[in-house]
Amino acid sequence: MTSLFEEVTPTGSGDIPVTRITLTLNGVSRTVDVEPRLLLAHLIRQGFKLTGTHTGCDTTNCGACTVLVDGTPVKSCTMLAVQADGHDVTTVEGLAGPSELHPIQEGFKDEHGLQCGFCTPGMMMTAKALLDRNPDPTEDEIRWALSGNLCRCTGYQNIVKAVLWAATKIQSQADGGGEG
Amino acid sequence: MYPSRFRYESPKTVEEAIRLLSEAGGEAKILAGGQSLIPMMKLRFAAPQTLVDINGIAGLDHLDFADDGSIRIGALCRHATLEQSAELKVRQPTMAAAAKLVADPIVRNRGTLVGSLCHADPQGDWAAVMVALNGQLVAQGPSGRRTIPVTNLVRGPFQTTLAPDEIGVEAIVPAPAGVPNGGYLKLERRIGDFATVAVAVALDMEVGSVTRAGIGLAAVGSQTINATEAAATLEGGRLTKDRIVAAAEAAAAVAKPRSDHRGSADYKRHMVRTFVSRILIGVASSIEKVA
Repeated sequence: MTSLFEEVTPTGSGDIPVTRITLTLNGVSRTVDVEPRLLLAHLIRQGFKLTGTHTGCDTTNCGACTVLVDGTPVKSCTMLAVQADGHDVTTVEGLAGPSELHPIQEGFKDEHGLQCGFCTPGMMMTAKALLDRNPDPTEDEIRWALSGNLCRCTGYQNIVKAVLWAATKIQSQADGGGEG
Repeated sequence: MYPSRFRYESPKTVEEAIRLLSEAGGEAKILAGGQSLIPMMKLRFAAPQTLVDINGIAGLDHLDFADDGSIRIGALCRHATLEQSAELKVRQPTMAAAAKLVADPIVRNRGTLVGSLCHADPQGDWAAVMVALNGQLVAQGPSGRRTIPVTNLVRGPFQTTLAPDEIGVEAIVPAPAGVPNGGYLKLERRIGDFATVAVAVALDMEVGSVTRAGIGLAAVGSQTINATEAAATLEGGRLTKDRIVAAAEAAAAVAKPRSDHRGSADYKRHMVRTFVSRILIGVASSIEKVA
């Protein structure tokens, strides 16, 4: 893997052609030299060691690798790392600080929205984009929004409940309820 | 999975992109949404020496509704933009119906209509829609722009009549001859899978009568099928039961499906018949409600 990316160092990275990119990752500006064929998913996982983003099918089907690029869900196995140059990337690690849970994460915990957990990071990032755009979605709207994320354990029922739970929680926080 | 090595270029103008394509001498691919190309490169079905990423070119992401009723869709207009456009639902119902059925919601955030046309997958949604609408592709090359009817764009599976140094810069849907109506139906095993069968029907109507009809079929042949005879049975009259049955039969007759893991040829042909009549019955009953 180190032949495919290298965090910028004073010594450089040898004879493999690289492109220098700067992206904002979970709010922090990062500059790296990447080989153009490096996928965004691999830059995140192996380059930045943020292993919350999962690679499942590696063929643009399952959505486990979903991250937000400028707030929009993207399958990071189907985007080149160089394409993230100048853009804002948010992974599941960026949802909340290390000692706290985002309401979406709380929802998945409270409503048992996961079993094996493999699809969960992608589900939560897609849910985040949905709730940012539509704070009060119907069950149908949630199912539609999550239809590019596959789960082989839950049958989706509790995932939908988890997102509904999160929507309610976020709204009550916005209303100044602060009951959670 | 990694793609094989390539030279990456990110031009800022269409002219610069064309120059890069010319220099590459047919060994380059254009990267727009990348939702078909990147998977193909990862599987090494495609191994371009140069990748020309056009995402940095300004002015290609438009969705323009002209006063004359025509629609222009830029090379970087994503499926999601089409899906979320309230105006498209009114101006072009066949396109609006298809936009929400392309791939899955996350892929729709990246993928583009023009890219789908240039990719020329026989299972592609937009080619069927654009065939039904008499759509055109505007291609730009070293000697300027030319307009290609979508029906003349595809040479075969994944093959187009575009020159290696031409870029599809926008698609055009011509102005309708009446009030546009129609629909798009797709049979898929699950969301995001390739179509088992898909049917696009586009109608222009005046006082309940069909002034122009187009029917495009996806995934039932080695390329998108333009069911011209089926469409002709609908033109010049009302959507009667006889006409609907005749159109559905004629469309099924020109389908050339193959049996595979998605279904038998007979089943797929039957679904063409079913989808054509289902869309037409839907249009007919919506007109009755209004009247």
